[in-house]
Amino acid sequence: MPQSIPEDSVGIVTPQTIHFDQPLALACGRQLDNYDLIIETYGTLNADASNAVLVCHALSGNHHLAGYHSAEDKKPGWWDSAIGPGKPIDTDKLFVIGLNNLGGCHGSTGPQSTNPKTAKPFGPDFPIMTVADWVESQARLADHFGIQQWAAIVGGSLGGMQALQWAIDYPERLRHCMIIAAAPKLSAQNIAFNEVARQAISRDPDFNDGHFYENGKVPKTGLMLARMLGHITYLSDDGMREKFGRELREGKISYDFNPQFEIESYLRYQGEQFSKAFDANTYLLMTKALDYFDPAADADHSLAAAVRNVLCKFMVISFTTDWRFSPERSREIVDALVTAEKRVSYAEIDSHNGHDAFLIPNPRYMDIFSAYMKQVIADIPQTDKENN
Amino acid sequence: MRADLDIIQDWVAPNSKVLDLGCGDGELLSYLQQEKNITGYGVEFDHDNITTCIEKGINVVEKNIDEGLASIQDSSFDTVIMTQALQVMYHPDQIVDEMLRIGKECIVTFPNFGHWRARGYLAFRGRMPVSKFLPYTWYNTPNIHFCTFKDFEQLCVERNIHILERTVVDNEHKHHWSIRLWPNMLGEVAIYRITR
Repeated sequence: MPQSIPEDSVGIVTPQTIHFDQPLALACGRQLDNYDLIIETYGTLNADASNAVLVCHALSGNHHLAGYHSAEDKKPGWWDSAIGPGKPIDTDKLFVIGLNNLGGCHGSTGPQSTNPKTAKPFGPDFPIMTVADWVESQARLADHFGIQQWAAIVGGSLGGMQALQWAIDYPERLRHCMIIAAAPKLSAQNIAFNEVARQAISRDPDFNDGHFYENGKVPKTGLMLARMLGHITYLSDDGMREKFGRELREGKISYDFNPQFEIESYLRYQGEQFSKAFDANTYLLMTKALDYFDPAADADHSLAAAVRNVLCKFMVISFTTDWRFSPERSREIVDALVTAEKRVSYAEIDSHNGHDAFLIPNPRYMDIFSAYMKQVIADIPQTDKENN
Repeated sequence: MRADLDIIQDWVAPNSKVLDLGCGDGELLSYLQQEKNITGYGVEFDHDNITTCIEKGINVVEKNIDEGLASIQDSSFDTVIMTQALQVMYHPDQIVDEMLRIGKECIVTFPNFGHWRARGYLAFRGRMPVSKFLPYTWYNTPNIHFCTFKDFEQLCVERNIHILERTVVDNEHKHHWSIRLWPNMLGEVAIYRITR
């Protein structure tokens, strides 16, 4: 537990679940008749609902962005470093919403939820979600709060892809778009890693074609392998060398197949923790959403054409050692926006933390983040009501 | 505003699309956005300058110009500007070519190494010129490709570059009749407007 809640923390927060009754038509051709979204909010929505920031999560993220659920909570939300009073996303001035996307496993409707048609968990029958589907569900969330236009939509990795999709699908509904450590589409190598992760899960005997809830078993080994593989792609070679090197747990080689190098036990530990907390069907679904993301596909494979109608301002950030979504991938987004004559800034942050760098505070990253968010705050329309 | 920037802004058309290579803290772009309603992008490498541009709401793209501008399309800008940065480029000639490919017009400014003070420094002291204006010593200067007005104009002839306008100013960026008369000797900063 934190010794005491830090001053710049949003403090103790409580998630809320919002039910939506209007059916949601999905890219796959199916629809969700009704669904729940679990969310957390921080800060106060102003009178004209113009200071709202949406934070979209990445593959394994959720609605718990910042603060603690209880005084006994060991860790704050996943982006606590960036969200709070006086932090880059300043909750003294901005109203922040985090949600768990549809298909997730942290409280929003997903594979673990009960399928009303069968009275059993959806499991593998839960429809495959796309980034555009998520954006649609998030637009309804905005409607729920009376938010006509977001002050900003911010996301890292898969979250950045949602921010980009928002700018394309709803140009009038956001003023700023911050895309961090993302890509305009996955490369063959990215898809290949996802496929190995999916195979690891689906070939686990306990997976049972996704119908594992009924058996009271989870495909722990598969999930663990998927996460271990994923985790390697989130770190950089430099970062791993610095953190683990070739350090041995027992100080000497034991000539057997037990984990001896620190990196081996680290990955096993991370994989094991993840397999206890994450849903296998959600993992499959999230990786598919990543694979399918390609907004340029609808514009003759020209990203510049895909963004021709966007209206918001963009901030694109990448990290030097990120090889999952390398700086080159971010530059593709920047180049397309420049070609389309859209407003965009781009910064490439030195970091040895690989793809994970977007979650880790780093002085220059936080400076750029804060500098941009000052613009976001400055662009909030001032109403007479607030001036009085 | 820096006096050379004041001269440059006169050459930028209202509502045009401008690329400022080595935009610094975004002073020129900020002015052009406010006064001429341009769509502008800056390219910058210095971290503090980038943060300042972002704070000001200037579009700034982090990039090392020496790595090339291949991702920018032909004739995609009305004006491409490079102020006081040509001399720090690894391949100034290639950068000028690239600027002319990207922009319909280009504005280039650089310190004139043919100025009488620089000549005098080398001639009489036998050492590389150091001045208030060019404060570096030979081993730590970022200015690795100095040229004179005559050198630059020779390059323009060789590369078939058309000089639309040329202004020469002194250290305080003032025009003086004598500078116009004897630019390569008396002008400290060259400001060229060029096209292909």
